Amino acid sequence: MSLAGHSPPPIFHHGLAPRVRLFILSAICVAMLVADLRFGYLEFVRQVATVVIHPLQRMAAAPVDFARNAAVYFATLVDVQLENAELRRSQVESAQRLLRFEQLEHENAELRQLAGLSQAVTLRGVGAEVLYDAADPFSRKVILDKGDHHGVRSGLAVVDARGLIGQVSRVYPVQSEVTLLTDREQVVPVKVERSGMRGILSGDGDGGLEMRFVPVGSDIQPGDRIVTSGLDGLFVAGLPVALVTEVSAANSPHLRVACEPVARVERAVQVLVLGPEEPRPSRPERGQEVAQPSPADTRPAE
Amino acid sequence: MHPTHRSNRILQPARSWFIWFSLFAALALTYVPTGRLPGLPDWMALVLVFWCIREPRRVGMTTAFFFGLLVDVGQGAAMGQHALAYVVMAYLATSLSRRVLWFGTLQQSLHVLPMLLLAQAIMVAVRLLAGAEFPGWSYFISSFSAALVWGPLGLMLLLPQYQPVDRDENRPI
Repeated sequence: MSLAGHSPPPIFHHGLAPRVRLFILSAICVAMLVADLRFGYLEFVRQVATVVIHPLQRMAAAPVDFARNAAVYFATLVDVQLENAELRRSQVESAQRLLRFEQLEHENAELRQLAGLSQAVTLRGVGAEVLYDAADPFSRKVILDKGDHHGVRSGLAVVDARGLIGQVSRVYPVQSEVTLLTDREQVVPVKVERSGMRGILSGDGDGGLEMRFVPVGSDIQPGDRIVTSGLDGLFVAGLPVALVTEVSAANSPHLRVACEPVARVERAVQVLVLGPEEPRPSRPERGQEVAQPSPADTRPAE
Repeated sequence: MHPTHRSNRILQPARSWFIWFSLFAALALTYVPTGRLPGLPDWMALVLVFWCIREPRRVGMTTAFFFGLLVDVGQGAAMGQHALAYVVMAYLATSLSRRVLWFGTLQQSLHVLPMLLLAQAIMVAVRLLAGAEFPGWSYFISSFSAALVWGPLGLMLLLPQYQPVDRDENRPI
């Protein structure tokens, strides 16, 4: 019994009881989980903590980087020759296509001008390399070797030579995290190239893709190519995404549309982060007067 | 299975810097990008359990919480996922610490195994509730491999506390 003014001797001070501490800490954890998973409030905390632990991470990654570089260094001559031949062949192919592409682009620009349409967005790509799979076993993510410093922004599309592989979900200073198409929580707005039908595509949690909420009776069949629709304002329209492999009617108002990715989603090494050239100008604040451009600043519209 | 009641060697108290060094070394090991190799032990959990059992007054739930958060940030997992699992694990480890130390290495690792499995089960439950995909049963192999290295790891972490044996014939302790 402790009397007023007499605290118990310090050897009995053990802080809170273990169960109370367990309860408080678990409650904090659960609150953080909800804030992070449901609302995404903790990105700032994560960015700050990342800066702190970055040196430790670089140190931990050093042996793995060394092993990878050593493997590249000791690649055999035969491998390099084979790869070289393959690259030459594909370069000839693409050069030919590029010639036609330039002509078409020119023609397209003129037609757009004629039709009074806005200019198509010009694209900016950042070449990057997939370093390794992210450590989190519950999702399908990879880490790229380019980050904020190189112009990678959250939300951009990531493609390999064949098509879309995923979306940048988190950006660190010199690395970035890409959520692959096959992740269950990665959703891409798409359209069927043949019929123009729009829909959304997501991973089925088993390495494949699935087009969701396709009504029974829709014009879709195995072999159809699925491309991005660009409706989200993040992805460029028309990137090849997947091929429909199986359409089956389930006991529901929706068809089950199974697809397989066009790109080497889980095995890509060299990738390109694609985004529109310039970020849109920010909207003026409400009530803020918009400055009129002086005549000297205005240039004739191209 | 009965406790052995064999007396252990008398150890020097663990130095603070060594405890922190081993915790951060384990953290660095969890940051090594090994991709999707299943069956690698969770070094952070293992070292935390070790110190919770050996030094329950110095390493406990609060330490586990902060290191859990650091693992979450480094691995890109959900914030609080590892923290929650490690806090519960540290609670069990600290409350069982008086009991576990009576046993030999093998029985100790049998005590540690359920704690590690529970931590993993908590993480799976949290992520499945949030809508992630099940990583497969091979995910749980890492607890078993961690229990296997409990002996060697424990010896390694105890080495700095061993004092040189100099027998005093007049004072046989």
